[in-house]
Amino acid sequence: MCLGIPGRIVAVTDEARQMAMAEVSGVRREVNVACVASGPLETLVGRWALIHVGFAMALIDEDEAAATLEALRELGEAQEALEAMAAGDAALGERA
Amino acid sequence: MRYMDEFRDPKAAKAVLAKIAEVVVQIGATAEKPLHIMEICGGHTHAIFRYGLDKLTHPGIEFIHGPGCPVCVLPRARVDDCIAIAERPEVIFTTFGDAMRVPGTEKSLIQAKAEGADIRMVYSPLDALELARRNPDREVVFFGLGFETTAPSTALSIQQAAREGLGNFSVFCNHITVPPPLRALLSDPDMLLDGFVGPGHVSMVIGIHPYDFIAHDFGKPIVVAGFEPLDLLQSVLMVVEQIRDGRTEVENQYARVVPEHGNPVSLAAIDDVYEMRPSFEWRGLGEIDESGLRIRAAYRGYDAEAKFGIGYGAASRVVEEPGGCACGQVMTGRLKPTACPHFGKGCTPEMPLGALMVSSEGACAAYYQYGGARAAAE
Repeated sequence: MCLGIPGRIVAVTDEARQMAMAEVSGVRREVNVACVASGPLETLVGRWALIHVGFAMALIDEDEAAATLEALRELGEAQEALEAMAAGDAALGERA
Repeated sequence: MRYMDEFRDPKAAKAVLAKIAEVVVQIGATAEKPLHIMEICGGHTHAIFRYGLDKLTHPGIEFIHGPGCPVCVLPRARVDDCIAIAERPEVIFTTFGDAMRVPGTEKSLIQAKAEGADIRMVYSPLDALELARRNPDREVVFFGLGFETTAPSTALSIQQAAREGLGNFSVFCNHITVPPPLRALLSDPDMLLDGFVGPGHVSMVIGIHPYDFIAHDFGKPIVVAGFEPLDLLQSVLMVVEQIRDGRTEVENQYARVVPEHGNPVSLAAIDDVYEMRPSFEWRGLGEIDESGLRIRAAYRGYDAEAKFGIGYGAASRVVEEPGGCACGQVMTGRLKPTACPHFGKGCTPEMPLGALMVSSEGACAAYYQYGGARAAAE
């Protein structure tokens, strides 16, 4: 929850809600980019960010992203984050 | 030195370890009279165990595992309140997976779910917002949990709900802040801490100045650190160098992610949505003044405490820890996890008795998980 995971912003999906598509270890997930936006959201496309519970919280460079991802894999936290994303998707599909 | 093979750059790690040892010897610290350095963040605790950093560093350094694991400090009464909300028939209760196994007085969220409550694990408060949009006839409650790292995401979600007028979304707010328990620990005359490794991602949000009191008022060094093992070793080196030189400063080892003044958008969202509670209970530490956030009156419609008439009053009743559970003493560094009578017997990660066994960021779970690896390495 606190470690976050690096992802690359690949497209803007909803300018008004400040949402963008990010690619995290091959998984695509819509994230909020309000905390890293300064100017048009388009300028974020291609950038790497640290993503915490669906929010891009800091822009980082590609080397930092790779090193962080490696450290998270070692801790088992990368897998945990990806599983949490899948659980979140599943929760939306559940019927009460 | 089994652990050394796993470093990305073992040569650099060895060099930093040698420097740490040199400085520790200069200070005159020994295994019998060690320096006590607290890593505040649960993520750091996990990394220290994973890489055996406490075994690799000079025995004149002893790591004390701090209160920085949000699910570990969540009071039992608040878990009970969660379950009471979740068991209401109109409610879809959403939570991060970490919180599912935290024991309440009678049960955990996972047990309540098994008994039929509609409890769903989500990755993000944005998932909870989407559930509220898709289920207009249900009340969707998000369990807001965590330090300043996750507080902005909950705040931004509440702002979004307000913009959309999403009346069936609310947050049960249990967000807490890192600096107040540090002040409480430092004010305890029994606590003998020599320095701190500061949290990386909390500081990414709040910057480094909220720790100024540690250096200025209490005369202790603190170094904000990244999460790679080399980051942690470099930060420990910076702490012991300060001790050797008689300096007490707030230093930033993780400047590549942590801006001096934090993240302005996150801080503005926190300020807009929350206000400080007069006090908040921390499991193992008790009530701490101005250490927890509640939702401001302007967003009352999104506050589950108000919506379901729970407030904070219910949580102020004292709920005793289970008999013999030593989480409180472990969290304040008075006891090692393995010295607890329940460790590995009545209390395991599968069936936790105390909160420190629940999360991989808790000291007990880290001891348990890496115990085998440690025995092999020694």
